[in-house]
Amino acid sequence: MSKIKKRILEEKLFKLLSLVFFVTVAMLFIFMLGVIFVKGVKGLNLETLTQAPKCGYYSGALGGGILNAILGSLYLSVAATILAGLISIPVVLYLNVYLRKDSKFATFIRFSFDVLWGVPSIVYGAFGFMVMIFLHARASLLAGIIVIAFLELPIISRVADGILKMVPKELKEISLSLGATQWQTAIRVVLKQAFPGILTALLIGFGRGVGDAAAVMFTAGYTDSLPSSLLRPVATLPLAIFFQLGTPFPELQQKGYTSALILMLVILFISILSRSLTKVFQKNLLR
Amino acid sequence: MDKGSISTKFLNVFYAEHQALKDVSVDIPKQKITAIIGPSGCGKSTLLKVFNRLIDLNEDTKVSGQVLVDGINIYDKATDIYSLRKKMGLLAQRPFVLPMSILENVAYGLRIHNHLGNNKIDELVEHYLREANLWNEVKDRLHASASKLSIGQQQRLCLARGLAVEPEIILGDEPTSALDPLSSERIEKKLIELKNRYTIVIVTHNIAQAMKLADFVIFLYYGEVVETGKSEDIFKAPQELMTQAYIKGEYLDNIWLEREAKISRRIGQGEGI
Repeated sequence: MSKIKKRILEEKLFKLLSLVFFVTVAMLFIFMLGVIFVKGVKGLNLETLTQAPKCGYYSGALGGGILNAILGSLYLSVAATILAGLISIPVVLYLNVYLRKDSKFATFIRFSFDVLWGVPSIVYGAFGFMVMIFLHARASLLAGIIVIAFLELPIISRVADGILKMVPKELKEISLSLGATQWQTAIRVVLKQAFPGILTALLIGFGRGVGDAAAVMFTAGYTDSLPSSLLRPVATLPLAIFFQLGTPFPELQQKGYTSALILMLVILFISILSRSLTKVFQKNLLR
Repeated sequence: MDKGSISTKFLNVFYAEHQALKDVSVDIPKQKITAIIGPSGCGKSTLLKVFNRLIDLNEDTKVSGQVLVDGINIYDKATDIYSLRKKMGLLAQRPFVLPMSILENVAYGLRIHNHLGNNKIDELVEHYLREANLWNEVKDRLHASASKLSIGQQQRLCLARGLAVEPEIILGDEPTSALDPLSSERIEKKLIELKNRYTIVIVTHNIAQAMKLADFVIFLYYGEVVETGKSEDIFKAPQELMTQAYIKGEYLDNIWLEREAKISRRIGQGEGI
């Protein structure tokens, strides 16, 4: 009897402990979002969203908005995510469809992705910068896109790889038993089944790309004007936050919080979009 | 027409160190139902996978000996593995529908092998769904997801999908073991109907099913063929002690060990292999 009581007590205690930790984490999170929201929402108006800074390099102190950074971030991260996706999807298909499970090569590739995932983004930036010096290229949207794509590549590949591994083996066997080639199976069945998961992988990659400040500092530069060409520098939201919060002027610091809020909203919007897309594509899937 | 026969000669299959099939030499006649019976893990499913070479997907597998389909060795280097698999429809243990609509499931094989217009596809899909006795249940929701069907309907969809690539041979790996009795019976009836046109090989645990369906029976135990023959002979007058015991549902291991011992004694006495 007492043993049972002890077990029930244990159970209750553990439940309480989990709850305490959960609440702590949730509160921290809500507090952080709350502060950013309260501070940022004050500067959120039409002018901020629709205009580039009127005057002053890096500043916008004398009016204007942060459209340069919003557009710059979107162009750069969307393009980088598409590029990284185009490269990593064939790579993970190769890993999962053509290579054997015990392939040493596949293990090596996966290990490399894990290592690359952990490489700090400033290292990507520095590497990109080195290549640019070698090519006598100046900071530009294009350079930013390429470097951010490389930053996202291991993340998207590794997440998509995990998703493809979960596609039931029997599904591949069925397709092959109908006389399909590996390629037809990969495209028509495996990718289809894994599609929602791959969207998630792209989203995680996008999140990393859009929030990165270090790699774009070296490669995409910064500018007060709206993005106009692949070969010109662009502004990005994380760098805008960095520069704006770094000034001693309250109006500018205010803009920094607004930029942070917008960055969060962009990520929120993209997650909602991908979730609803996932639902659309999930209707035929096996579960 | 001499299409759809399978025979194996001294077929051995190894998974790494484990020998899954041992000197299997059997003949599977065309346009009959052949049942492969035997307890779990005796190599029945392996034998099916050898026939359509899905075994190639397993790692660390070695296949030796000959497997002749329509008189041609399918383990020859020149074998076109895709046409071989097209020749063999597979009904798996659990129905696995493809992640697409009902219509696209049946159309999958058609689209892979031919370039057909949509009208032709629709026509063929209807034909094969009727063939699998599913048409009436799904004709109003052809574009609905196949995963919404009941498991019995899914298995019939799998049958329609397999028939659509116009195979000569249907391989069933315990095709009714996941189904309720009613659905099982529908599949069984269908298989009997189909045997005039297709060679059918089914793996089954279910002796009653084997008796009901099979014209020929292959009894495997630990990867070896114990006995083969016409269904009546095997079930009414089995020659081997093992077969008698298995059909009665008796424990087999002791008899097996005795048999092994006898064989090794014989070999020891110089009778040769």
